[in-house]
Amino acid sequence: MTTLIWILAALIVIGLYLSWTAGRLDRLHARIDAARAALDAQLLRRASVAQELGTSGVLDPVASIVLYQAAHEARQAEEDQREVAESALSQALRAVFDEAEQAEAVREAPGGEQTLAELTAAVRRVPMARRFHNDAVRAARAVRRHRVVRWFRLAGHAPFPLAFEMDDEAPAALGERAAA
Amino acid sequence: MRIGIVCPYSWDVPGGVQFHIRDLAEHLIRLGHEVSVLAPADDETPLPPYVVSAGRAVPVPYNGSVARLNFGFLSAARVRRWLHDGAFEVIHIHEPASPSLGLLACWAAQGPIVATFHTSNPRSRAMIAAYPILQPALEKISARIAVSEYARRTLVEHLGGDAVVIPNGVDVDFFARAEPKKEWQGRTIGFIGRIDEPRKGLPVLMKALPEILAEVPDARLLVAGRGDEKEAVAGLPAELRSRVEFLGMVTDEDKARLLRSVDLYVAPNTGGESFGIILVEAMSAAAPVLASDLDAFAQVLDQGEAGELFTNENASALAASAIRLLRDPSRLAELRERGSRHVRRFDWATVGADILAVYETVADGAASVDTDERVSLRARWGLARD
Repeated sequence: MTTLIWILAALIVIGLYLSWTAGRLDRLHARIDAARAALDAQLLRRASVAQELGTSGVLDPVASIVLYQAAHEARQAEEDQREVAESALSQALRAVFDEAEQAEAVREAPGGEQTLAELTAAVRRVPMARRFHNDAVRAARAVRRHRVVRWFRLAGHAPFPLAFEMDDEAPAALGERAAA
Repeated sequence: MRIGIVCPYSWDVPGGVQFHIRDLAEHLIRLGHEVSVLAPADDETPLPPYVVSAGRAVPVPYNGSVARLNFGFLSAARVRRWLHDGAFEVIHIHEPASPSLGLLACWAAQGPIVATFHTSNPRSRAMIAAYPILQPALEKISARIAVSEYARRTLVEHLGGDAVVIPNGVDVDFFARAEPKKEWQGRTIGFIGRIDEPRKGLPVLMKALPEILAEVPDARLLVAGRGDEKEAVAGLPAELRSRVEFLGMVTDEDKARLLRSVDLYVAPNTGGESFGIILVEAMSAAAPVLASDLDAFAQVLDQGEAGELFTNENASALAASAIRLLRDPSRLAELRERGSRHVRRFDWATVGADILAVYETVADGAASVDTDERVSLRARWGLARD
């Protein structure tokens, strides 16, 4: 009789642990979803400002075409091409805003101050959002690799989380706004 | 935005983290945000209107010094009430990886949580043992902030994952506009920090002082900070003791005036620093800085571009650099100019905007912060089985 009670107690404890771990994992997946949505929002914002700049006529024709093309491709990219396209946009932005003069030219155009502020905020926030996203992915992976989680399939049908890897370095003329 | 900030250490005890939180809260309130700070404090301590007390903190030895921490049922209940009443869009926890109110809040909350890691302790046995306990709480943090590249590196090494680097903020203009004081000017070397805390490095400076005075006899050392003054000068030859002036604890205004007055500010700290706010304050006041080459200091000083560095704990290296600088007014002027330019990135206008950007990134589209009900449910089961 006592053995039965012990077995029952052990089962309850194991059950509680499993339910708690499943809850923990669920929360981590929710965190990844939120972080991914935030990253998407920042990337879209960046691409829109870049496209706006590309069509505004403030920049020279070569820079305009380069920016427009990169921004367009970043927005249209399929999911598996996204990282490459967004990296290309980072490179295009770096090429265009390598010199402080280019940023100054935009600032002097009507409404340019706001556009530049928006772009500066976007190139600063993309790496932030990406870091938060990848941090959530790493935490979820660490839990999912756990033996108990794999044996009892606690992750359910949620896809294995993937980090978002891209080149997100800010252009020199925009990254150092603090020095201004 | 409705923002909740959790301060890990007693509000009534002065400290870097507390000052950082006070300035951040006041900066955000000035920008029109609703801010509430939860901090340990005695019930009779007068608190600013935006601070909520989490109860009295208990002194406990931790991490090499005595920390005053909150734990137990009362504190946990207050944390939950604060979270519930505040209905914050985001909460910002400081020092969640130390046994403090920050960790309690991390346990009790769910939703968008931002956390700032201030210290960069070398990996301790306690941390390794506590890792499985800490991990589920730390997993809830949506965004991590490290105060320096050095702090970020230790964070990544110890806890895994990643963080963005946002330095501590300083009100640069407060220091830049302070009025220099006549009696603190004229070949003066400044030191600010606890006298009796060896890690602040006053003993190194005292060891270097005879050498400095041998070459620059009219130099004076001004020391501001708490501690036993007699003990501090004990190692110094009697005839040199008059060259050291103790100012005791100084007010913020006097600190700014002191930094504006001195010819050279020396930071001989030997370790335990993850940021070095005092260097930023010195540069804000356009004081030339000579600091030990700790990782954190080297980063704040832009690898020696904005201030000079000497080999840590090496008194003769400190003396040699100090003598060279005190004899070279043009170099001092150059350091003043470089420091003032470099320090702008630490101004609250920049730092505050970055922190708000983090808040917005995690709060966008997410539900607001609430108490974590799963925890209370388990607690209830736990009680039922007792």
